[in-house]
Amino acid sequence: MNGAPRSLSIEDIHVWRGDRHVLRGVSFGVESGQLMHIWGANGTGKTTLLRVVCGLLRPEQGRVAWSGQAIDGVRAEYQAALAYVSHEPALKADLTALENLRYSVGLKRRVPEAELRATLEHCGVGACAELPARVLSAGQRRRVAMARVLAMRALLWLLDEPFTNLDAAGSALLLRMLEEHTGQGGLALVVAHRELDLQRPILRMELCA
Amino acid sequence: MWTWFYRLASPPHVYRTAAALAPWFLALAAAMIGYGLIDGLVFAPPDYQQGDAFRIIYVHAPSAWLSLFAYTTMAVAGAIALIWRIKVGFAVAAAAAPIGASFTLAALVTGSLWGRPMWGTYWAWDPRLTSELILLFLYFGVISLRKAFEDPARGDRAAALLGVVGVINVPIVHFSVTWWNSLHQGATLAKFGKPTMPGSMLWPLLAMLLGYMCFFGGVLCMRLRGEVLDRERQAVWVREALAP
Amino acid sequence: MNVGAWRAMRLILQRELCLSFRRPDQLLQPLVFFLIVTTLFPLALSPQLSLLRDMAPGVLWVAALLSSLLSLEALFKVDADDGTLEQLALSAQPLYVIVIAKTMAHWLVSGVALVVMSPLVATALAIPVHAFATMMASLALGTLTLSWLGSIGAGLTVGLRRGGVLLSLIVLPLAMPMLIFGASATDRAIGGESPAGALYFLAALCVFTSSLAPLAASAALRITLE
Repeated sequence: MNGAPRSLSIEDIHVWRGDRHVLRGVSFGVESGQLMHIWGANGTGKTTLLRVVCGLLRPEQGRVAWSGQAIDGVRAEYQAALAYVSHEPALKADLTALENLRYSVGLKRRVPEAELRATLEHCGVGACAELPARVLSAGQRRRVAMARVLAMRALLWLLDEPFTNLDAAGSALLLRMLEEHTGQGGLALVVAHRELDLQRPILRMELCA
Repeated sequence: MWTWFYRLASPPHVYRTAAALAPWFLALAAAMIGYGLIDGLVFAPPDYQQGDAFRIIYVHAPSAWLSLFAYTTMAVAGAIALIWRIKVGFAVAAAAAPIGASFTLAALVTGSLWGRPMWGTYWAWDPRLTSELILLFLYFGVISLRKAFEDPARGDRAAALLGVVGVINVPIVHFSVTWWNSLHQGATLAKFGKPTMPGSMLWPLLAMLLGYMCFFGGVLCMRLRGEVLDRERQAVWVREALAP
Repeated sequence: MNVGAWRAMRLILQRELCLSFRRPDQLLQPLVFFLIVTTLFPLALSPQLSLLRDMAPGVLWVAALLSSLLSLEALFKVDADDGTLEQLALSAQPLYVIVIAKTMAHWLVSGVALVVMSPLVATALAIPVHAFATMMASLALGTLTLSWLGSIGAGLTVGLRRGGVLLSLIVLPLAMPMLIFGASATDRAIGGESPAGALYFLAALCVFTSSLAPLAASAALRITLE
């Protein structure tokens, strides 16, 4: 984690989906070492908000700023600094866990095979390295997705319901990962229905319909 | 500096302007087409080669010209909407597409009817006819693509992009008669230099062309209003505009 | 940035080829389709060799077009369905790098395979051997152009439920000029005339499409990813 503190700033985001005004003037900021927990009922736009922060979805109004600059202008640099986990673990069913990591993390930074294996091991799926993703259980796939986030060494983690399908051990592991990440100066936005009990203070935001 | 342009392109302004312009366009169209048809069908002398069969040019050539003009309008409006995010451009593109497709179909049908006495066949696979047929398929593609999306905003953007991609066909249709040995006759109206047609035949043709363009303008304005309302149906100004 | 565009393209190409070869049945299906379609024409029209030779270029080209179209739908759809397309879009690589790599992989797996198979089909359609070189060259250029055009269509129709037919509707009109020149080149070669003019035109079309299609396809993907 490099030394310079970063900040993420979401300013007055408005998004319409057809006729529905899904996000109405959402604004907040996250600094280095902070975790923002986003929660709310179904259909309130949590996933939409995360996709706007990623840069996948362009808001009708408002902007997202990374260290003061609008993400539109620094797209490559911003994407290099973030890791996004969506609802599905986003793994190719026909590739092994290791290959999945190699082909996704490998696009962001040069990473030796040994490090990928170690990361898989750290997430408890070291034994699955040579297995195709389609034979893994939902929980194991979720852990491989976590390994991918770790291996990317991203500053900003954008996690959409990351605790789905994780058992108690897996949830504990993820919480530890979040602790370490924010402890080293990383930022995280986590959409989750459950409580996040970390040792550190958490920012919380509820989206209402 | 550009604020005046954005104000000009704002949906309520476009809605009101189109309402004001449409009757003028249509009146002018009626006058021009009326004059053109009467002069062209009755008063213009018969062609020394084709006799009276040539008179179909007064319907065929303007239709073909408009099919290209409408596609270009659709592509340019779509491009403006995509690049500068001026939403009314999507409404213009959506309004122009079916009109252009109809003109293309009219050009193909009238051309086919003309082909029988002139070339002995209703259809020939020559470059101009083929590229005009491709233009019709492109229109269908753009219209279908827009309708296929559940989210109308996405449909607008996808259709605009396809329109821009297909615009390459417009110069192909236009220049096909000069680039290849085509069965179809060459350009009647050159940009510079004397036209190859005598005045008595040319003036009604020009009148028809202008009349068709005004017709396109008028119908476009009418359809544009509907498209603008559809896209802005949640806005406050729409409720005020439609209040009895 | 740590990973340059060339390295990223190689990596994505590797990934695509890896995935394609792990499903050999899906790799072979379009090729078998190609064989079957070319068989349909002699059965439906006439098995007379002289007549076959006349219609052979057209039959070959239409069959190649249709079988390439079959595999085009999966170009982006498979990745979009399992969420990996988003990951690619967020990989800090420009979208056109991803489009180029995936389209080239598609061409290597479908277009090149068709070119390699074409002498077999050509023999069945009574195309003389001296025309093979032109036929294969024109097919190589044509299938590449089609892959590029298809990437635009695939990008536009990724999110749609019944996108396959619409994809063909969009791609085929754009592919018609290529069809005309490709079939013409093969036809001239069969007749003993020089196919140079048609081949040059085909090459020009291919270069034009190769330079503009990646931009159009990435714009299309950006639209559908929202």
